[in-house]
Amino acid sequence: MAVDVLMPALSPTMEEGTLAKWLVKEGDVVKSGQIIAEIETDKATMEFEAVDEGIVGRILIAEGTSGVKVNTAIMVLVEAGESADAAPAPAAAPVVAAAPVAAAAAPVAAAAAAAPVAVVSKASADWPEGTPMKTMTVREALREAMAEEMRANPAVMLMGEEVGEYQGAYKISQGLLDEFGPKRVVDTPITEMGFTGIAVGAAWGGLNPIVEFMTFNFALQAIDHLLNSAAKTNYMSGGQLGCPIVFRGANGAAARVGAQHSQDFTAWYAAIPGLKVVSPYSAADAKGLLKQAIRDRNPVIFLENEIMYGQSFEVPDLPDFTIPFGKARIWREGTDVTIVSFSIGMKYALEAADLLAKEGISAEVIDLRTLRPIDYDTVLASVQKTNRCVTVEEGFPVGSIGDHLASTIMQRAFDYLDAPVITCTGKDVPMPYAANLEKLALVTTAEVVAAVKSVCYR
Amino acid sequence: MATKKAPEKSNVSKEELLKFYREMLLIRRFEEKAGQLYGMGLIGGFCHLYIGQEAVVVGLEACTKEGDKRITSYRDHGHMLACGMDANGVMAELTGREGGYSRGKGGSMHMFSREKHFYGGHGIVGAQVPLGAGLAFADKYKGNDNVTFTYFGDGAANQGQVYETYNMAELWALPVIFVIENNHYAMGTSQARSTKSETLFGRGLAYGIPGEQVDGMDVLAVKEAGEKAVAHCRAGKGPYILEMMTYRYRGHSMSDPAKYRTREEVEKMKSEKDAIEHVRDLLLNAGLSSDEELKAIDKSIKEVVNASAEFAKASPEPALSELWTDIYA
Repeated sequence: MAVDVLMPALSPTMEEGTLAKWLVKEGDVVKSGQIIAEIETDKATMEFEAVDEGIVGRILIAEGTSGVKVNTAIMVLVEAGESADAAPAPAAAPVVAAAPVAAAAAPVAAAAAAAPVAVVSKASADWPEGTPMKTMTVREALREAMAEEMRANPAVMLMGEEVGEYQGAYKISQGLLDEFGPKRVVDTPITEMGFTGIAVGAAWGGLNPIVEFMTFNFALQAIDHLLNSAAKTNYMSGGQLGCPIVFRGANGAAARVGAQHSQDFTAWYAAIPGLKVVSPYSAADAKGLLKQAIRDRNPVIFLENEIMYGQSFEVPDLPDFTIPFGKARIWREGTDVTIVSFSIGMKYALEAADLLAKEGISAEVIDLRTLRPIDYDTVLASVQKTNRCVTVEEGFPVGSIGDHLASTIMQRAFDYLDAPVITCTGKDVPMPYAANLEKLALVTTAEVVAAVKSVCYR
Repeated sequence: MATKKAPEKSNVSKEELLKFYREMLLIRRFEEKAGQLYGMGLIGGFCHLYIGQEAVVVGLEACTKEGDKRITSYRDHGHMLACGMDANGVMAELTGREGGYSRGKGGSMHMFSREKHFYGGHGIVGAQVPLGAGLAFADKYKGNDNVTFTYFGDGAANQGQVYETYNMAELWALPVIFVIENNHYAMGTSQARSTKSETLFGRGLAYGIPGEQVDGMDVLAVKEAGEKAVAHCRAGKGPYILEMMTYRYRGHSMSDPAKYRTREEVEKMKSEKDAIEHVRDLLLNAGLSSDEELKAIDKSIKEVVNASAEFAKASPEPALSELWTDIYA
């Protein structure tokens, strides 16, 4: 009986990929375990093995095709004498993604009565108007930032697990070993506490290390050096011993990797004086802020998001640009409510703003970009204009960035508030593995929409 | 007076012995004064005295050259004085005053001197071990032949990060000397109650790091072993471990009654193994010095220490605005 061979998911976050190469052609006999194709994910080119045996009846997706969604039928396997035409119609892709959002958003659409508001995007002041732009993923932007800074300063070096020969567990450091050699791109054993301490000592010794944590979950093994060794020594030494170092890596939830690998540490690090804390959303910010971080004379915690690595944005096509810390970016101007977020939270904030606009609610969306220092002025000025505020983040609710902003707004702009600030966060639970529960644990666009309606009394 | 060592090291000059005597005595008198100021309430918090262990830092400092680095734990006053930091600045830091090395913001456990290449003064047991290897990493990266002396105790030797560091230090041939100051007690826990390992340096052999046990109460033996270790490091052969068998006369910190060991044990060490008495004997027995000369040294040391105490008392507390400075470089 003919069977469909489906596009496989080859990483926790893969949603689509490129069918780089077919290693079989129609009419070939395929054995179970035989490598039949090369598939390029956002992280690597992977070999794809056949599970079933049979004859290649028909190749449905030509090699070189990009953007092939996971679970799309890519080939039909038939038995001897069977026609490929007998194959069943390709099954519809399982409806998993976006379902809860769509469901929750439905009543929103039904209630839409007010006239839609126009979207007003505020031009960024981080680079001159008219600067040529190029499209780039967050991953490429991070890589470029490191490569540019390593070219400019021989004291900048990268260390971490799999950063060199493996080309980066998430391909962020791809090509850096080839360009800069093993002296400056140092593969470490799996020994976070040890290599973090070594990197901090190296920073005191005159280097500018970039430490890659494969994810920030593993930095828990090294937290003593981040806090006690890196963050406090300038103060404890009366200003003698600054620590110019960047700790970067994936932070927050990826997809289906469970509680020990899905945790947003932003609020933790943001609580520590002596650290600087950065968590970009766009590729342009990722590049400009990482370059700034590498040049900073202090320890910088640079929190990336695995799901954002493959997302594309417009990035200024400039030989060199940086983005200063402590300066929020207003992504969208609005008049009715201020939505404040950072990192992947911006995705929900911007989606919510789109939905709300259709219902006549004009949301101003602010990306904090850095959490230490925080650009309070931009947030407060916006709240004084809109009189309402909703915060969005993936982290836990207790002691969240949103809690801190709510308290700051209460203390400094109480008389401007027409409603209590609502903080949209991840749920107060360890991250579950099951797909439906994981969705429930994370903050959603629907929750942001509901929060905005609540503060707008709509 | 115990004379357990004949002056067999004929290559040791009078000048060098006198230098050792002076430096070890400075540490001891300084620490006694610190203990006194603590009792008077002028020094607060934790204060870990180095009395008894003086030969270790003084002997190893004799092996250093400009640019070599040192880093240690919270029992750090001796290391600072031995590497040439100013007694006034150290004592004023103990009293939390503006004239202290960290302008009063670090205290006993957290002092640093870029100028003297002293990188702390670290309060978390064992944390200084990878940090020290990192300093060595930077020197190797820069291509110089400096070494880093990374001191830690028998207590820290049971921290996992020590072995993470051993592994990378040998893997990358870092010019770091791991100096285990084995004073036999990790706070109140004797070595026998914390490990079955007979030696601590021996653990390094599993990572390919050579090492040896050294009589840490004998400044000449310390120096001899230190020179061997330094030569190994400077030649690019990677790390070396020196397990210094030493003893602290005082408690772990000022608030430690030291009930975990007998008075006899302490007295035996003081009477039979004291590092300062040893050098004194060498000088006198070989006719290299006289009672008068040593008394004059004692007097000059006492003056330095008293002056540091006066400085530390007279120096003002830091300005209130200091609360908000130095958080960022």
